[in-house]
Amino acid sequence: MSASPRFLANGDTVMVVEFGEGIDLKTSSQVTALATHINSLGLNGINDLVPTFRSLAIHYDPTYLSFDILEEIVRTTLPDLKVNHHGKREWLIPTFYDPQMSPDLMEVAERCSLSIEEVISLHSQVAYHVYMIGFLPGFPYLGGLASKISLPRKETPSLRIPERSVAIAERMTAIYPNESPGGWYAIGRTPMTFFDPLNNPPALLAPGDQVRFKPIKRDEFDHLSGQSEHLAEQDTSGPPT
Amino acid sequence: MITTLHVQQGGLHTTVQDLGRYGWQSMGVPVSGALDATALRVANTLVGNAPDVAALEILGTGPVLEVNATRVRLALAGGDASIQLLSPSRRDLPNFESFCLRRGDVLRIGSLTKGAVTYLAIEGGMNLPLVLGSHSTYTRGRFGGYHGRILASHDDLPLLMSEAPERKESRLRNQTLPGTLPIRIILGPQNDFFSPEAIETLTNSPYTVTPAVDRMGMRLDGPRLTHTRGFNITSDGTAPGAIQVPGDGFPIILMADRQTTGGYPKIGCVISSDLATVARLRPGDTVHFELTSLEQATTARLDLENWFAKLPSCIEFFTPSGIIDTTALNTENLISGVVGADDPIEPYT
Repeated sequence: MSASPRFLANGDTVMVVEFGEGIDLKTSSQVTALATHINSLGLNGINDLVPTFRSLAIHYDPTYLSFDILEEIVRTTLPDLKVNHHGKREWLIPTFYDPQMSPDLMEVAERCSLSIEEVISLHSQVAYHVYMIGFLPGFPYLGGLASKISLPRKETPSLRIPERSVAIAERMTAIYPNESPGGWYAIGRTPMTFFDPLNNPPALLAPGDQVRFKPIKRDEFDHLSGQSEHLAEQDTSGPPT
Repeated sequence: MITTLHVQQGGLHTTVQDLGRYGWQSMGVPVSGALDATALRVANTLVGNAPDVAALEILGTGPVLEVNATRVRLALAGGDASIQLLSPSRRDLPNFESFCLRRGDVLRIGSLTKGAVTYLAIEGGMNLPLVLGSHSTYTRGRFGGYHGRILASHDDLPLLMSEAPERKESRLRNQTLPGTLPIRIILGPQNDFFSPEAIETLTNSPYTVTPAVDRMGMRLDGPRLTHTRGFNITSDGTAPGAIQVPGDGFPIILMADRQTTGGYPKIGCVISSDLATVARLRPGDTVHFELTSLEQATTARLDLENWFAKLPSCIEFFTPSGIIDTTALNTENLISGVVGADDPIEPYT
């Protein structure tokens, strides 16, 4: 894999290895491949690795590692980086799309001049790529939303998006693991748990995973909400990245 | 018998914090931990703890605590707080000095008269569950520390040690923590989103700490910083001390509970050795920034670590006067000691 990232200092404890400025699958796969590789080195003095859309933030202890040495280590690994397409985990997320429970669904349909059924079908027919987890604990940014249902974020964010809401904005969809204010359109609810600090790992999804949404009915939603621990149907198993 | 500190009043914002929860930022979990890690380490050292043991972080006004233990050794380090023993008899207690209290004693930590944050360290620490490897409280996520929240009346903080060992008390000789002004920063990673004038403005103008300060960030007031390439970036990772500039042009310094990723450009970042100094600022305080290099930042950080290495030589030991009841001590020594894991502790869920 050829890549010539930028090495940027974010203070004296974080190195940002930046592969690009935009959101695309190639950049994302470079970021996750580097994170996996650095992680496998088990280096002393690295506190955290944070993959994002376009860069990897390496949190390091400057009393162990210098920026220059760390840059050297990363540069040495770059030619050997392998993007792993085989170990990719695939998830099927049961989702109840209901205009009463998620009133934004109606607004999205109206703004996009579509029926509610069309919005549901456009949203649930795509396999999404997990670019990163951020904003809130366990909040996944999923890329690949159909352009027909793509809307800018709300000008005035909602004060309260309920927990386990499936939401859309721009060319992304996401899941709010917990209740939060937010600017995305909440179009459905899932009975699944996406973040639990008492689990290891605490977040269900990881960067590089693939996600599909499966429309379910009210009774199934209610039934599953009572036993939300092991609901995810993982099609292919693989180690978390 | 359960050994606790019983919370009569929680104070303004009192949480359990250690040196932070690293390793989970890729899942969106903030690091949290002490805002002033230097003060936490000093407080722990004064009571004989390892530097990373969780303590109570006190912002603004402290709690009122009743001792429910045979003897507990405590120390406060950070900003200057008024510390009073309310019961059995009223007297003032010092900052930067360890002291022992007995069952039934009531301690009031009043308002901070200097600085914004102080730490109450307890010898032996608290008996709380680790969440993702840390005792730090992340209040927005409602996990860590004591039930994931700030302390409130009627809480009972379970302690690990029912009777602190008898020994001399310790005090920090000059009673000051390391830390200098102006605050040193390194440019980047998105300084190219700003004009050279904006960078000059940031480093040549005084900024004022606004009341919009919490464990997540500190919003500053002062000359606006003008973006040249818009104020939205594709979200990337944040750093402790990162100075992000949203659309309004006013800088925000990201603190312990900062979100792990963010979509505003970061013009620069406070160096790690100066983060504690930032945490000590109060609303209304003026702050100046000075550009520094990565090399100088590393030197400053090593200087700070050297200060810690020499900390034992800055501590003097003394026998507290007039409060030792030898008869009582001897009696208690016959029947109690350090209580281990089989001490009945209230179930914690």
